[in-house]
Amino acid sequence: MPDDPGPPERRRVRRVRGPMRYSILSLAAEALRNNRGWPPAWRKAAPKPSYSVVVVGGGGHGLATAWTLAATYGIRDVAVIEKGWIGSGNAGRNTTIIRSNYLLPGNIPFYELSLKLWERQEADLGFNTMVSQRGVLNLCHSDAQRDAYARRGNAMRLHGVDAELLDREGVRRIAPFLDFDGARFPITGGLMQRRGGTARHDAVVWGYARAADRLGVDIVEDCEATGFLLERGRVVGVETTRGTIRAGKVGLAVAGSTSRVAAMAGLRLPIESHVLQAFVSEGLKPLIPQVITFGAGHFYVSQSDKGGLVFGGDIDGYNSWAQRGNLPTVRDVCEGAMAVMPMVGRARILRHWGGLMDMTMDGSPIIDRTPVESLFLNGGWCYGGFKATPASGLCFAHLLATGETHHAAAAYRLDRFAEGRLVNEKGTGAQPNLH
Amino acid sequence: MRLPCPFCGERDAAEFRYRGDAAPRQPPPEADAAAIADHLYLRDNPAGPIRELWYHRGGCQGWIVVERDTRTHEVAAAFPASEDRR
Repeated sequence: MPDDPGPPERRRVRRVRGPMRYSILSLAAEALRNNRGWPPAWRKAAPKPSYSVVVVGGGGHGLATAWTLAATYGIRDVAVIEKGWIGSGNAGRNTTIIRSNYLLPGNIPFYELSLKLWERQEADLGFNTMVSQRGVLNLCHSDAQRDAYARRGNAMRLHGVDAELLDREGVRRIAPFLDFDGARFPITGGLMQRRGGTARHDAVVWGYARAADRLGVDIVEDCEATGFLLERGRVVGVETTRGTIRAGKVGLAVAGSTSRVAAMAGLRLPIESHVLQAFVSEGLKPLIPQVITFGAGHFYVSQSDKGGLVFGGDIDGYNSWAQRGNLPTVRDVCEGAMAVMPMVGRARILRHWGGLMDMTMDGSPIIDRTPVESLFLNGGWCYGGFKATPASGLCFAHLLATGETHHAAAAYRLDRFAEGRLVNEKGTGAQPNLH
Repeated sequence: MRLPCPFCGERDAAEFRYRGDAAPRQPPPEADAAAIADHLYLRDNPAGPIRELWYHRGGCQGWIVVERDTRTHEVAAAFPASEDRR
């Protein structure tokens, strides 16, 4: 494939019919060619002067929004503008867990919709996103905690979501390597969602980008929003590092940086930015079958297909735009690991990193119109955005296309704070560092 | 990260509890619902210098105001919250 891809129109036609339709034949042919002939999975589009919809932010949520606009709502005059490259933001920093094991009525339908969309995502996109429904197991360590899990499991089942309360022996059959008899945190059981699991985070953005591109969406990388074009209080475009782009509607999907981008339109939001750290160990043989979470501290772990243990814990706990964390949280996470899973004590950490989280005042996201006309907001994903990607794309695209709130995102209104309709899963009050 | 407690000197941030932005002030009792919602929920969330409240739980148990840069964690000043004059 030459570097100069030619005019986009011609190329799109060729790619729809050409080698970009992945098949067993193209796979075999490329294997013989040492995989040197694969063309780019999406065009490096230059921005056009105007679009019907501009989505700011080329992470999973922005790309899923653009793809849904094109695939479901037939709106193909869409650009996604991304300040870096696809996969350079939090889409590549998360710990890849998918689940819908929530308690509150505002959350369960949304996350269950998302899990259902994960289940068909590979067929929808024609791309292997490595969705693995290996199960998510939350451990409990006291009678009271087991009661709380029973309540959450029942809430899930009332919404038609799978949940299974395991006793101690049930947990032991799945994960015999856990420390069941620790003096402080004995394991008394667990709440299992077998349909939960993991997906390959990079493949998710690549898959959405490729599928959206094939439907005519322009994915404009290296294009940072620097301001909004306002006419009589209405957004009519975005100022970017690659020029002015006019737009009928603008959707923000820049979680982590939402406050900063929204401030350019004069908005002040119920969001603080915090840093969340994540860790990967050296590659190990298959060891941890599910996603497992410690219930007495904050530690969760799964094992990637490469063998690394992918794990994390709490946010650092103070406002941060630094994209790197501090050592007390590292210690806290490792203490949690040792308390529940002492076998990992000799595994070495390969790398660790930090990413910015939009922490809202109730710990739940926002998908809504804003007080500025034609400007729409998708953000506030706290540290739970990855699992929400497909449903976030669907609900935000629905809002952008129809002007109506999608029923699954009915609780995620921006005005819920002023109206006292908070969706506070943890019940910690308006303190983002405690969610 | 270390915080310079005005009473205890420079201490590990893990000794402190975080209360967040020090700017919001409780509105007067006669304030309308919008002002109260603003106070409770809306934040400037600056990428840069911020004045914030920390509680030195593992030390003097005093409330302090710290001026910190949220991009670098550089601390410009710290003083007792009772001396906070904005």
